This record gives sequence, structure tokens and C-alpha cells, in this order.
Amino acid sequence: MQKTIIAVILMAAVTYIPRVLPMIFVKERLKSRFLRSFLYYVPFAALGAMTFPAILYSTGDMASAVIGMAVALILALFERGLLEVAVGSIVTVYLIQLFVH
Amino acid sequence: MKSAIVSRSDNAYSHQLDDFSYGLKQGIPIALGYIPVSFTFGLMAVSGGIPGWIAILISLTNLTSAGQFAGTSLIISGKSLLEITLTTFVINIRYILMSLSLSQRIAPETSLLERCIMSFGITDETFAVASLERRDISFAYMLGLIFCPYLGWALGTAMGSAICSVLPAGIQNSMGIALYAMFIALIVPSSKKSGANMIIALVAIAISSLFTWAPFLKQISAGWSIIIATIAACFIGAILFPREDL
Repeated sequence: MQKTIIAVILMAAVTYIPRVLPMIFVKERLKSRFLRSFLYYVPFAALGAMTFPAILYSTGDMASAVIGMAVALILALFERGLLEVAVGSIVTVYLIQLFVH
Repeated sequence: MKSAIVSRSDNAYSHQLDDFSYGLKQGIPIALGYIPVSFTFGLMAVSGGIPGWIAILISLTNLTSAGQFAGTSLIISGKSLLEITLTTFVINIRYILMSLSLSQRIAPETSLLERCIMSFGITDETFAVASLERRDISFAYMLGLIFCPYLGWALGTAMGSAICSVLPAGIQNSMGIALYAMFIALIVPSSKKSGANMIIALVAIAISSLFTWAPFLKQISAGWSIIIATIAACFIGAILFPREDL
């Protein structure tokens, strides 16, 4: 529990620092196109790396995870909201595990 | 001279009130959009074994989606403090871009303390709305803009945490996929719009797969593999698809 609270404080700090530092110190536009492009791609790369392959091990059995992932991909392709995509894949996994066991 | 100063500050006060209520109005749709997302966060955190009050504390102190989702999932899977902190930081590096961009637009009279307070509320959505404003961004406006989204984010988390504890165990098990499904919902629409975004996400996925399954490389822990994959993919992206429009 103590470790969790320390983790939360550290997370808050590393979320706040990138928000506040440029606001305090930088009054000019970043010159480096490379750096600006690098920063632009961070969310896509980070989300991709965090999702796969970790998603395959998120439900206890890979079969339900793969089908749950497929459902999430299809719903996301049709640009459904976050909650809808999440609930869609949860229900899919739940039904598959119910059916198999 | 003295009376001129007084009337100027009176005027400034009513300006501030106008700016605040204008921002407040703009923040309401953002707050409504946040509730289902933070609801899912509360659900995910508590189903992973995190107490509800900690989930709410995370939302109140972090106020970000991807970063706190990732950090929380690493807490749940028992990763080290260094991995949790570094991963959260790498995901939040994008705020440097947004804060940089907003810093060019802040009203010149904004004090250092005001800058420190308003930058706490920079999120993808508040940034998008604020950066579309034609006028200078004042402290009062930003405070108004942040107000409802901040409350909505905390409220949704509290509701999600409360609901989770009354759900049957079978549902709670299948909720392990919720976080990743949300990540997919975040990546796919932007990948549809830009091929470069999709390629960068796929490169990151390929690298993290390598670190999961390839012999020798798989000894590296999940937290580190995410950081290495992210940095490598962004490096490749910045070389192959440099952005002119940022």
C-alpha cells in the first residue's frame, strides 16, 4: 500500500513536470523539426507498445483475449467511444469464458 | 493617476469574470466526455485490486488518460517504481509539446504562480479547445475551462470504483481486457486518419513483441520494453515521417 501511494505521487510528478516546465521557461518555438516530430509520435508509439502483446495475457486465456481484441479493433475502426469499445470487448470475453467453462 | 489604476483593476476584475464563465461553458462538453472514460478507469483500477480512494486520488492528482491508465496497470502488475515512473513520464512527454504551444499564447500579464496552476489542467482536450481560441489565453479563462473536466474526471472515477465492487466475479475477470480495449479505441481512429501514425504504432508493437517473445530479449521486463519500443518507434517516425505542421 505504501509503495502504491509512492507510485501515485511519482506518477503525479512526472505528469505535472512536462506540463509546467515549458510554460515557465520556454517563450519560443522549438527549432528542431526532428524533436517536434519525435514528441508528436509518442502517444501512438506508447499506446501501441503497451497494448500488444500485453492484451493477449489480460484475460487468463489467449483465445478469449484474441477474440476480445478483434471486437475492440472492429468497434474502434467504426470510431465508437472509449467506453463502448471497452464494454464491447469485456462482454465478448465474458461470454466466451462462460461458453468454454 | 491613482483613480485610473483603480478603475483599470475594476475593469480587469469584470474581464476575469467574463473569461472564467466563458471557459466554464467551454469545459462542460469536455467534462461530459470525461465521465465515461474515468468511469472505465475507476472500474479497471478497482477490478485490478486498487482501493477506490486510491483510484480517485490518482484521478485528482494526475488528470490524464493514457498516462494514469498505464501507470495504474503497471502498479496492478507489481512493476518497480522506476518502471512505473519512467513509463508514465514517456507517455506524458507529449504534454511538453502542448505546454510549449500554449506558452506562446498566454496573456503577457500572467504571473508565474498562475502559469503553474493553469498548466496542471493541460490535457489533450483542454489543449485542443484552448489552442483554438483566437484571443490570448488568460488565467481566468483557463481556470474556467479546467473546472468542469476536473470534477467530471474525479466523479466518473468514483462512480466506476463504486460500481465495480458490486459486479459478479466472472465479469470482473473479463474486465482485464478493458484497459487494452481503451488503448485500441485511442489508437485506431488516429491511425485511420494518418498512415504515419499507424506505421509508428505498428513499429512499436513489433518491437514490444520482440521483447516479449524473442530469445534473450525476453529477459527484459515489460515496463522497460515499452519505454525502449516507444523511443525507438518515435525516433524512426521522426526520421521517416517528419512533421511540418506542428
